Amino acid sequence: MAAEERGAAVRVAHVTKQYRRAAHSHRFLTLKSAILGGNLFKSLAPGEIFTALDDVSLTIARGETLGVIGSNGAGKSTLLKIIAGTTKPTTGDVEVDGKISALIELGAGFHPEISGRENVFINGIMLGLTRQQVAERFDDIVAFAELQEFIDAPVKNYSSGMYMRLGFSVAIHVDPEVLLIDEVLAVGDEAFVHKCLDKIASFKRHGKTILLVSHGLESVRRLCDRTVWMKDGQIAESGDPPRVIDAYLHWVAQKEEGELAAGHERRVAAEDHDASMTEGGAASAAEAAAPTTVPYEPGRWGTRQVTIDAVRLLDAAGEQHYVFRCGDPMTIELQLTATERVADFAIGIGIFNRDGVCCYGTNTDIERFEAGELAGSATVRIEVPELNLIEGAYYLDLAVHKLDGYPYDYQRGLVQFRTTSPIADVGVARLPHRWRFEGGIRWKKGGG
Amino acid sequence: MRQGLSNLFRHRVLIQSLVMRELKARYRGSVGGYLWSFFNPLLLLAVYFVVFTTVFSPPQAEFGDTQPYALFLFCGLLPWTWFASSLTDAANSLIAGGNLIKKLIFPAEVLPVVSVLANGVHYLLGLPVYLVFWLFFKPEGLSLHALWLPLVILTQLVLSLGLGLIFAALAVHFRDIRDILANALTLWFFLTPIIYARQFLQERATAEDATWVPKAVAAVLDLNPMTHVMDGYHRAIFEGALVPWKRLPVTLAVAVVILLVGYGLFDRLRDSFPEEV
Repeated sequence: MAAEERGAAVRVAHVTKQYRRAAHSHRFLTLKSAILGGNLFKSLAPGEIFTALDDVSLTIARGETLGVIGSNGAGKSTLLKIIAGTTKPTTGDVEVDGKISALIELGAGFHPEISGRENVFINGIMLGLTRQQVAERFDDIVAFAELQEFIDAPVKNYSSGMYMRLGFSVAIHVDPEVLLIDEVLAVGDEAFVHKCLDKIASFKRHGKTILLVSHGLESVRRLCDRTVWMKDGQIAESGDPPRVIDAYLHWVAQKEEGELAAGHERRVAAEDHDASMTEGGAASAAEAAAPTTVPYEPGRWGTRQVTIDAVRLLDAAGEQHYVFRCGDPMTIELQLTATERVADFAIGIGIFNRDGVCCYGTNTDIERFEAGELAGSATVRIEVPELNLIEGAYYLDLAVHKLDGYPYDYQRGLVQFRTTSPIADVGVARLPHRWRFEGGIRWKKGGG
Repeated sequence: MRQGLSNLFRHRVLIQSLVMRELKARYRGSVGGYLWSFFNPLLLLAVYFVVFTTVFSPPQAEFGDTQPYALFLFCGLLPWTWFASSLTDAANSLIAGGNLIKKLIFPAEVLPVVSVLANGVHYLLGLPVYLVFWLFFKPEGLSLHALWLPLVILTQLVLSLGLGLIFAALAVHFRDIRDILANALTLWFFLTPIIYARQFLQERATAEDATWVPKAVAAVLDLNPMTHVMDGYHRAIFEGALVPWKRLPVTLAVAVVILLVGYGLFDRLRDSFPEEV
């Protein structure tokens, strides 16, 4: 919703990108149909194609910083290239509003035989600047790359670090409205990486739109407003960076556990899940609430030294509900079991809306509880006297973790609940407020 | 199509920069720098001169009015070098510049255009050397018909651009094109009046005792657009006569059509380049 209001800088609609699996297995059309059809080759049989992107839709709001994570071959770079316009989608549309600069490969256009100075000019022009603009920015470009002494030497004599610095510097001084960054932060020395991150942060402050593809999860966590996790050419998860990154890491860890264990775990989880679904459905079809008290395995990770066994959402009378009126009290009740005695622990909650935005999050550590001991079973209640969330569906994340954040049991989207409201105010939460009027203003009817 | 060509105009600064880069890169790292672009044709010219005046002297009567032969030969050889290396470089340009097409938002048609233009500049740089030799043999200088030269050069430029775009686009998909082209250019060289004059073959074909062979060759020769371009160079520079005022404009028109078709083909195949190079 926020994206619509600010206007979209990038809009990717149902984009599918297919590549030929084997190179040079061309099957030729006649020249005539080739020229008329724009393609020299017959369309390929399903077995011969590799689908890099599968019906991906994505909107990046103006001024938003979006991180894209995922394992190799998940389609991250293809997505970036399609947004950059260097590759055309097989089907679907891409719209980019504003000047775009892609840091896909730094110094891609450099010619080794000529000097850094000449390369800066040519590269700048390739990236869409005029000669005049390059001249104006030349000193900044060279200063940022820290290459004042070497700028008149041929680029072939540069070290790979110098080469990259110059490439980054030129690309960043194009001053785009939309900046696409692919993995470039993975290379280069510590100091320069910091400098690049600072520069990206300053772009962010200036309201530029940034798309960052990275394996550097830390930089994604630090820089991005939103994170998209790509898996097998599709968006597996999108939303709040820590949440999506955790989900991704969990998936990676699970994959590493080996096929047998993973298969077993999935079967158990599926059975539990199914059981709870029928329970919930039978209990209240109208509320259409998600699983309640049973652990939801695919979104769960941690060492399980402490487990969250049950969660209930209670109203003022202590009755379990999934729908609350905005402003009503709500109590979140957790049942914990510590299979072994732990002294290093914190308990946290996070409430997320449907867009994956964290509406509220806290834990006992933030609120200065000093952990003593947790052993056996325990009950935790978090009482919210006024649940001031605007109307909508919410997901609850719950966690018991070490003070450094290492999870014992982290359960994502454990409970879904809904708030209702007679008025359609917008935003995330309703601030307690009152209208007051003085002077020549009169209302036929009071609010509320 | 019109938009495509105006795109080329829009990228003129980029094209200009890349042509300059091409030239600089070619001579950077050599002591003589730009001087080599003069020295190369000079050396070649001197060798041909020695060969064709002392070692092997073509009988004047049989070769038509081609004396001094070194001057005649170079009149056509210099622009042919431009033509042949333009096509060779253009066919290779997208593959060599794959990095740009893949990694940057880059107008691909710029690359073959740069190949043609950079070689064109080489030709122009070779002309003064030719002129010096010319004045050495013929102190009276060039005739006023040399003013037609820009028209001839324009025709060749348009033709090279069109063919360059076609070969560049096709070579991405069919790498063999580059090898085929290298051989085709050798054949093409002999089917273009460079080492002989067009008139010489025409006379053979129209002679009373002419068999079908010279007639066929002469006919094929006239279907080759480069024949008329070469004839243009020979007349404007070497003979000091009016350029073929009918055949040259027709050739220019054909060249324009080839350019339009070439651009159309290139544009059609454009989207496949980043994946294929």
